[in-house]
Amino acid sequence: MGHFKTTLKYKFLLNELVMRDIKIKYRRSFLGVLWTLLNPLLMMIVLTLIFSNIFRFSIDNFPVYLLCGQLIFNFFSEASNMALTSILSNGSLIKKVYVPKYLFPLSKVFSSLVNLFASFVALLLVMIFTQSQITWTILFAPLPLLYICLFTLGVSLLLSALSVFFRDIMHLYGVLLTAWMYFTPVFYPLDILPEGIRSIVEFNPLTSFINLFREVVMYNQVPTLSLNLVCLAYSLVMLGIGAYVFYKNQDKFILHI
Amino acid sequence: MSEVIVEIDHVSMQFNLYKERVDSIKEYMIKMFKKQMNVEPFIALQDISFKVEKGDSLALLGMNGSGKSTLLKLIAGVLKPTTGSIKTVGTIAPMIELGAGFDIDLTARENIFLNGAVLGYSKADMVSHFDKIIDFSELHDFVDVPIKNFSSGMLARLGFSISTVTQPDILIIDEILSVGDYKFQEKCEIRIHEMIQGGTTILFVSHSMEQVKEICNKAVYIEKGHVLEYGDVHQICDRYMV
Repeated sequence: MGHFKTTLKYKFLLNELVMRDIKIKYRRSFLGVLWTLLNPLLMMIVLTLIFSNIFRFSIDNFPVYLLCGQLIFNFFSEASNMALTSILSNGSLIKKVYVPKYLFPLSKVFSSLVNLFASFVALLLVMIFTQSQITWTILFAPLPLLYICLFTLGVSLLLSALSVFFRDIMHLYGVLLTAWMYFTPVFYPLDILPEGIRSIVEFNPLTSFINLFREVVMYNQVPTLSLNLVCLAYSLVMLGIGAYVFYKNQDKFILHI
Repeated sequence: MSEVIVEIDHVSMQFNLYKERVDSIKEYMIKMFKKQMNVEPFIALQDISFKVEKGDSLALLGMNGSGKSTLLKLIAGVLKPTTGSIKTVGTIAPMIELGAGFDIDLTARENIFLNGAVLGYSKADMVSHFDKIIDFSELHDFVDVPIKNFSSGMLARLGFSISTVTQPDILIIDEILSVGDYKFQEKCEIRIHEMIQGGTTILFVSHSMEQVKEICNKAVYIEKGHVLEYGDVHQICDRYMV
């Protein structure tokens, strides 16, 4: 409860931090914030051209399939990657003014969330353009997005805390993210995988989030309770671990920055 | 009976000075394995206790490295004491470094809002104080210029103006009045006097005895992490600053 109150008190700071990220990202670019919309669209076009001509997976409506996966995975990778250095890069501030430190990773998750909403608009545009069926089940879409947010916040808290003590993580995480992407069914269907690898990929939390998202957006299904519970469990466990590690170590950050 | 606004109770602060900093997992593993973690405790503050009453302005005096800044950071809540406790009443405006939290890629206008948020103000506060900040800093012509193009004096003006625009209960000033030109320094001192009259408690670190005597009424002399004396500013200045 106490944490919730401080978050409310620092709502304005959180807002300013998110605005700063977005302003700096698009400052001096001609199209500005429009890039949040254009970027996923252009990436989708490139990848669709590559994968539907070279690999020829048997997926109906590949652009939408791809964009669904990308939307979730890119949000996760962008937020966690930015959050990783969020404590270190705000070191000069943390040393001089008292600010609740979890605001820094949290603000990175929020700035990525802005991009996620733009990607969602891009996804809807592509769905309309490819004449996909959009039904009322899309109203369930906030559920997978909520789960992925909580999960990402957990990972972000964990990484931002650990990177203060071990700078190696910064270099290692890029490699890890690449590996993670290939073990996530973003651009390939699950059933082309051999048995062994398939069970690893199915164990990957991101696979569950993406599956749930595709169920409601692309396949127009009401999501099953069991899939919801699996996703919820992943995100709560991750958030718990991240928050615990962060909370236990946050007073020591200042001695290591 | 005046009200105690800062209470420092048997506070000690100990840092672990690693002889070599271990920042990578590999190093950490090797050191752990060889049992070579050389930790040398360094005691920055030892068993400090004193109280500051509302409306006082206290100077913290001492040589470089005596622990003044560490003490200010403890009071500001940036550091947590190893043992002991610190109680403060009301809002604190820390000026440990002017413009902590400025983002050099943003304009002065954007930084005023960002910095105000860092100091814990709300958006409505900042909107209503915006003109006052610009007036005090005299930076009217540079409101929409990215502050990476500012001189250090201009940055200091902006930082001071933001930190002092409201009336905090406690104002922490750590050797920052030496920046800016003569005229602006004078303006800052006038503003600080206004705040004292308004009931703000000041914690002040400076090596300029003139400024200390000008602004403060009490002083505490710290040497190697111990409080040697606490009392009237003129007595302490005369005794230790010859």
